[in-house]
Amino acid sequence: MSDSTPIQRLADQAAAKTPPRVVKRIRGLSDRAIAWAFITPTILLLLAINIFPLIWTIQLSFTNYRANRPNAEVENVGIQNYERILTDSDIWFAMQATAHFVFWTIALQTLIGFSLAYLIDRKFRGHAFWTTIILIPMMLSPAVVGNFWRFLYQPQIGLFNYIVSFFTGLPPSSFEMLGTVNLAPWSIIIVDTWMWTPYVMLICLAGLRSIPDYIYEAAEVDRASKWRQFWTITIPMAAPFIMLAVLFRGIENFKMFDMVNLLTGGGPGSTTEVASITLKREAFEKWRTGYSSAFAIILFVAVFGLANIYVKALNKVKNR
Amino acid sequence: MRTLGVAAVAVLAGLATFAHSSEAKAAGELTLCWAAWDPANALVELSKDFEKQTGTTMKFEFTPWPNFTDRILNELNSGGKLCDLLIGDSQWLGGSAENGYYVKLNDFFAKEGISMDDFAPATVYAYSTWPKGTPNYWALPAMGDANAWVYRKDWFAKPEIQAAFKEKTGRDLAPPKTWDELKEVAEFFQGREIDGNTVYGAAIFTERASEGITMGATSALYSYGFKYENTPGKYDMEGAVNSPDAIAGLEKYKEIYKCCTPPGYTDSYMGEGLDAFKSGQVAMMMNWFAFWPGLYKDENVGGDKIGFFVNPGQKVNASTLGGQGISVVANTDNMEGALAYIKWFAQADVQKKWWSLGGYACHNAVLNDPAFKDSQPFAADFLTAMGGVQDFWQEPAYASLLQAMQKRLHDYVVADQGTAKEALDKLIEDWTEVFEDEGKL
Repeated sequence: MSDSTPIQRLADQAAAKTPPRVVKRIRGLSDRAIAWAFITPTILLLLAINIFPLIWTIQLSFTNYRANRPNAEVENVGIQNYERILTDSDIWFAMQATAHFVFWTIALQTLIGFSLAYLIDRKFRGHAFWTTIILIPMMLSPAVVGNFWRFLYQPQIGLFNYIVSFFTGLPPSSFEMLGTVNLAPWSIIIVDTWMWTPYVMLICLAGLRSIPDYIYEAAEVDRASKWRQFWTITIPMAAPFIMLAVLFRGIENFKMFDMVNLLTGGGPGSTTEVASITLKREAFEKWRTGYSSAFAIILFVAVFGLANIYVKALNKVKNR
Repeated sequence: MRTLGVAAVAVLAGLATFAHSSEAKAAGELTLCWAAWDPANALVELSKDFEKQTGTTMKFEFTPWPNFTDRILNELNSGGKLCDLLIGDSQWLGGSAENGYYVKLNDFFAKEGISMDDFAPATVYAYSTWPKGTPNYWALPAMGDANAWVYRKDWFAKPEIQAAFKEKTGRDLAPPKTWDELKEVAEFFQGREIDGNTVYGAAIFTERASEGITMGATSALYSYGFKYENTPGKYDMEGAVNSPDAIAGLEKYKEIYKCCTPPGYTDSYMGEGLDAFKSGQVAMMMNWFAFWPGLYKDENVGGDKIGFFVNPGQKVNASTLGGQGISVVANTDNMEGALAYIKWFAQADVQKKWWSLGGYACHNAVLNDPAFKDSQPFAADFLTAMGGVQDFWQEPAYASLLQAMQKRLHDYVVADQGTAKEALDKLIEDWTEVFEDEGKL
């Protein structure tokens, strides 16, 4: 006893004070029952915070319920909300804006992220330091990033405009990244790429580091060129990791809200109004709860379906 | 084991007590909710008298304007008990009255001898009544306000500027009286060098998320003769919302946005306008009367450097209504205290002090006082503006109606999509859908 830790002593005391009938009851439990006893709280919690809201949202999506009209009669409207969403040109515009954002952010982040990972993997002098520096943007809060990029993009005082001006000779105030229809979507893509490329780099780096050196050594023996090694060893073996990064970023960007909201609020006009911004406006500004529930379900099904197809493809690549 | 059980019960009881005490307010305490802006500070000062007289502790919950609507409507919708008193936007009246969020004050007014005839009719109509114009009162007019303009009087007075303007336009430089003149003056100042700095024509509202561009553009639309309906109460919008006058007004607003605002002015509302004016960037600024007392006192641009003018007319003299009434939140735990505050606030003497501190009183004892017009350099303009105010829909579905207008106006004015007629036609489609959902069409 004298060698036991305080925790052990406490456990012994608790065991000693446990009434014999309780001890008997616990002794009678099977391993399976004990396992259930441990995971039941978690399952209940998941049901309460994930499954129940999902089922409730599905139910609301077939009604005309408005959260700001607690006394109004709620009517079942069948699939009317779904019909209206799928035939609403503004919703389709929001989906296009989302697709544009998701496609370009993933393309750029994968390209730049993998390139950086490939460079960092060379293990040059100071590579650990540069890895840390590169990772800084993703450690920041999206709210902070959104706010300071707003200042960086400010046409009169923003650093971004001055840098572009330095290289192009254009006057800094002559273009507005956040206020011009053609530039606003790209301004968001730039910020998201700046912030999340390190994340993709990190996953790709893990993939590159997982490739055993002996494979490259065997290729060297076979006198395979660096180019050929890259295409026949590096890319195929890192592909599952790259695909995983694409999956994570795809899901994340499909529901992107905070950064877009802070940078442009969906503007100018509705140019950068991605699906999550539209959803927020429908749900919490127009208070069309039934309608927005239907929209949320459509988005959920879209992401869930695409992610499933993608995961199957990912498994195929992994098993190759 | 028994000891453990007693301890657990004690802990639970303690937690329950704590939770209850943290939610319930002290009996002599009132929380007043409003937006965070200059007049709110004046109200804090004013309310000290109420605290002295009644022994009530006043607490204030002020939310920045961009989040004000979201925050407070969420609070009301969720049945929260944060606010005992609420100075809420006029557009919330319909929804708050119909959903039972506000206390109807008719019986209380009758019992306490508070007469709505003591307040300016336009403010009673806008801030207190629902359905509109009926003698059903849900608020006491608290803060009169309208959209108006300030200009750099010192720049307008410079001989070289006056000469250049006369040469360019053939007329004397003066605060504009029409939107055509406004554009002409703004164009004149745009990009001009004054005191070694490049300045711009005008700061107007272009904000997308809450209500900014609607409040700004309607200032032009109302002056050009825009109407929401052909027949009030019939929701017959075709030919009213998209009338040739309305189209001309919207086109003018866009022209001013395009020609004469500072760079990067694509999502700007009150705060951005104040920043632009205070930093000496713009010759004119659109904003609410509520800010004029603070601006007049500003060391850099106030005093002799600042001038005021009402929203220019074009076909009619009209201004976009701001301002709010003070309501008692039905969910309050301190109904007696909240009503006592309303009774106190309705007194003529309190209203006079309210005006002197920087609040825009709506009481006739203040507005009809012969000395009122000269009491502040913008007081006469305030009276003029309040005589021609027009408000957005105050329907229960106002949030949907407002969001539709925000979208259509921003798409046209800032994002440069389509024509003014297309924007207003689409707006009618959106509003028709909302009214159909509401069962009003």
